[in-house]
Amino acid sequence: MNSWTIFLRRLSTSVSSSSSIRHPSLKRSPLYSTLTDKDVTFFEKLLPKRIVTDYDDCLPYNVDWIKTCHGQSKLVLRPKTVQEISDILRYCNERKLAVCPQGGNTGLSGGSVPVFDEIVLSLSLLNRIHDFNQNSAVLTTESGCVLQTLEKYVEQFGHTIPLDLGAKGSCHIGGNVATNAGGLRVVRYGPLRANILGLEIVLADGTILDCLTQLRKDNTGYDLKQHFIGSEGTLGIITQVSILCPPKMSSVGLGFFSCETFEDVLKVLRLARHKLGETLSAIEFMDNTSLKLSMRYLKKDSGPIKESPFYVIIETMSTSSEHCKNMMELFSTKALEDGCITDGTLAQDLNQYSELWALRESISNGLVSDGYVFKYDFSLGLKHMYELVEITRKLMEPLKDVRNVTGFGHVGDGNLHLNVTTKEYSQTVKDVLEPFLYEWVSKQRGSISAEHGLGLHKAKYLGLGKSLHALDIMRNIKTLFDPNLILNPYKLFPYK
Amino acid sequence: MAIRILVGVKRAIDYAVKVQVKSDKSGVVTDGVKHSMNPFDEIAVEEAIRLKEKKVAQEVIAVSCGPQQCQETLRTALALGADRAVHVEVTGKDYEMLQPLAISKIIAAIAKKENVDLILLGKLAIDDDSNQTGQMVAGLLSWPQAMFASEIEIKDKKAEVTREIDGGADTVRVNLPAVITADLRLNQPRFANLPSIQKAKKKPLTKMTPSDLNVDIKPRQEYLSYEEPPKRQGGGKPLANVEELVSKLRQAGVV
Repeated sequence: MNSWTIFLRRLSTSVSSSSSIRHPSLKRSPLYSTLTDKDVTFFEKLLPKRIVTDYDDCLPYNVDWIKTCHGQSKLVLRPKTVQEISDILRYCNERKLAVCPQGGNTGLSGGSVPVFDEIVLSLSLLNRIHDFNQNSAVLTTESGCVLQTLEKYVEQFGHTIPLDLGAKGSCHIGGNVATNAGGLRVVRYGPLRANILGLEIVLADGTILDCLTQLRKDNTGYDLKQHFIGSEGTLGIITQVSILCPPKMSSVGLGFFSCETFEDVLKVLRLARHKLGETLSAIEFMDNTSLKLSMRYLKKDSGPIKESPFYVIIETMSTSSEHCKNMMELFSTKALEDGCITDGTLAQDLNQYSELWALRESISNGLVSDGYVFKYDFSLGLKHMYELVEITRKLMEPLKDVRNVTGFGHVGDGNLHLNVTTKEYSQTVKDVLEPFLYEWVSKQRGSISAEHGLGLHKAKYLGLGKSLHALDIMRNIKTLFDPNLILNPYKLFPYK
Repeated sequence: MAIRILVGVKRAIDYAVKVQVKSDKSGVVTDGVKHSMNPFDEIAVEEAIRLKEKKVAQEVIAVSCGPQQCQETLRTALALGADRAVHVEVTGKDYEMLQPLAISKIIAAIAKKENVDLILLGKLAIDDDSNQTGQMVAGLLSWPQAMFASEIEIKDKKAEVTREIDGGADTVRVNLPAVITADLRLNQPRFANLPSIQKAKKKPLTKMTPSDLNVDIKPRQEYLSYEEPPKRQGGGKPLANVEELVSKLRQAGVV
C-alpha cells in the first residue's frame, strides 16, 4: 500500500458523516439498475484505461472536499470526447443506470459526489481550450478546464475570466456553469449566467444539444442554455462553454478596513459605491471569528490592522495605477472622517495585495481545519444579514461541541456565508440549525442558496419560498430533459 | 544617545510582475508596469522603524534616487514610520543609466550632510540584483560594513549583526557609524495603517539633484544587450503511473 492510499484511507475514516448519516431517511431509489460486470466490460471497451473501479482509487471521487458526504460508487468514467459522453449516457439511459457528473469536486452542498452507487462521470479529461476570439472577447473551451488555467490562457490576450473563486485552482468551468457559481467579482461583472454566451450539452439520452453560439444578442425564441446554468447536473452534461471575458485591468488596489458594527459595514458599502464608482471590483466582509480562523490556517500571529468586530476588503481595478490609488485614498479618507471605519491599510505592492486577499480566501480552509462544518450560503436583505449570525450564535451558545459560529461573505451582493463548526458531526446541532435557518431566511424573502446550489444537503428545502406552480414547472423541465431521472439523482429536488 | 538612521528605498518593478525585455533589447519594459518599493529596502525601513520604536534611533531619513514617481515610494516609507524623506531627482537617460557607484556616492554624500550614525539598505534590489551599493557606500565613507543582516542589536555606539551563512550564523560587531544591509529574514514588514498613510502626506520631503550634492553620476559601465533567460524545455509527456515516474527519476540520477 503506498502512502497515497494510506492518506486516502485516513481521509475515509475521518469522514465524520457519510451521506446516509446526515440524511437518514434517504434510501436508494428502486428506479435504478445495479451495475453488472457486463456494464463494466462495456465501459472498459468504450474508455480503455480510463475507468476506475478499485475502492481506494474511487475514494477521492466519492468524498466531497469539505468531507460532508461519502458516496459508494464503484465505477468512475473518464471520457475525453463529447462523443464518448454521448455514448456513455445513451447506454446508461437505456440500462437505467444513475450517473453523477463531476467536475473539480469543489462543491459545497454535496452535489458533486454520488450518494449511493451512481456512476461517477468525471469531466477532468475533457479539457481542451478551443480558442479566444479577440474581436468579440469570447473564450470557447471544453468544460473540464480548470478555472485558473483558463484565466492564465486569456491573460496572454489581455483579458480575464469574469469569475473568481477561492477554489479556482481546482474547480472546472463546467462545474462553475452547472452551479452558476458566484464568487468575488459578481459585484463588478454580474452573475456567471450573464457572461455565458453559449453551451454544448449532452442530454440524458445521449443527444448532443448544440447551443454553442458566441453572440451577445440573440432574441430568437427560448434561451435553452439558461436552463442548464445552475441546473447542478440534473438536466444534462455541459461539455463546451463559450464565455465572455472582460479586459484585464492593469492596475489593482486593495484596502483592508475595520468596522465596529455591521451597520458601519453597510455604510462603507454605500460610500464605496459612490466614491469608487466604476473602479470598484470587489467588496467583502468578514467577522473577527472568520479572520481568526483564516489567520490560524495561514499560521499568522497578528492581523494586518487593529483587531475589530468586522472587517471589509475593498478591491479596485482600473487601467491607470494612479487613478486606482487616488480613488482608494479619497475613499478611505472620507470613510475615516465619517467614522464608519476605525482603522485600515492599503496594499502598497502586489505582495501585500496577495497577502491581504489570502486572509479572505483562506476562511474556508480555516473552517475545514476547525472540524465539521455546517455551511450555509444565504441571500438576504442587507438589513438582516448579520442579524442571522447573531441569532445563530445565541442558539449555539448552550450546545457543547460547537466550536465557532462565523459570518462572512459578499456584502456587495447581499450574500452571507454562515458557518458553524463542531468537533465532529452532531445531530443535535443540526436539528437546532435546520430547518430553523432555512425557514427564517425564507420568511425574510431571502434565498436559502445564493451561490452554492442545493446539491444534496439543501434539496429538501427547495420548496421553501417557491410557489407550487414554480415547483411543478421545474419538475416538468426535469422530466422533459431526463425522463428516466438518471442524472444526478437525490440532488436539487426534495426526495420522497 | 539615540542615533540617526538613513535608509535607502529604491523604486523597482514589483516582485509579482513578469518582467519583459524590450523588443530592441535596450532594457526591460517599464511603461505601465507596477512598481513598488524594493522588498529588501522595505525590510530595511521596518528595521529602522523598530529601532526608533525601541528608542535606539531618534530619526529615520528615507532616501530615494530616480524620477518623480520615487516620491510615491518615499511616501510609503513615511507611512511605515520614517520621519522625513530626501528625493534625489534623476530622470530620462541619466536614470536609465544610473549605476550602483553613482547611487553609493549620492547616499554617502547625504549621510555626511545629515550626519547620520547608521545607513540601513536592502542587501540588493530585485530589479538588477547588483548587491553592490551597501559595500560601496561603506568603502566611500571608510565606515565599517555588516552585510546581509538577519538580526541587529545596537548598544553603546556599536552594532552587533548576525548574518546567516552556510551551516550556521556569523555574528559581527562594528563601531558606528556603519553601513548595514538587510537580508530577507531580518523582519516581517508591517502594513502601513490609514492614519499613518495620511500623516505621511504631510511629512517633510526634500528634493535635490546629484549636482546639489556635487556627485558625478556618469555611468562607468555600458549596457550592451538585455536577453530573456532561455525558454524552459517542456518536460515531455505526462507519465502514466508511479513506476514510470520512479524509473525516469532513476534515469535522471536524482533518486
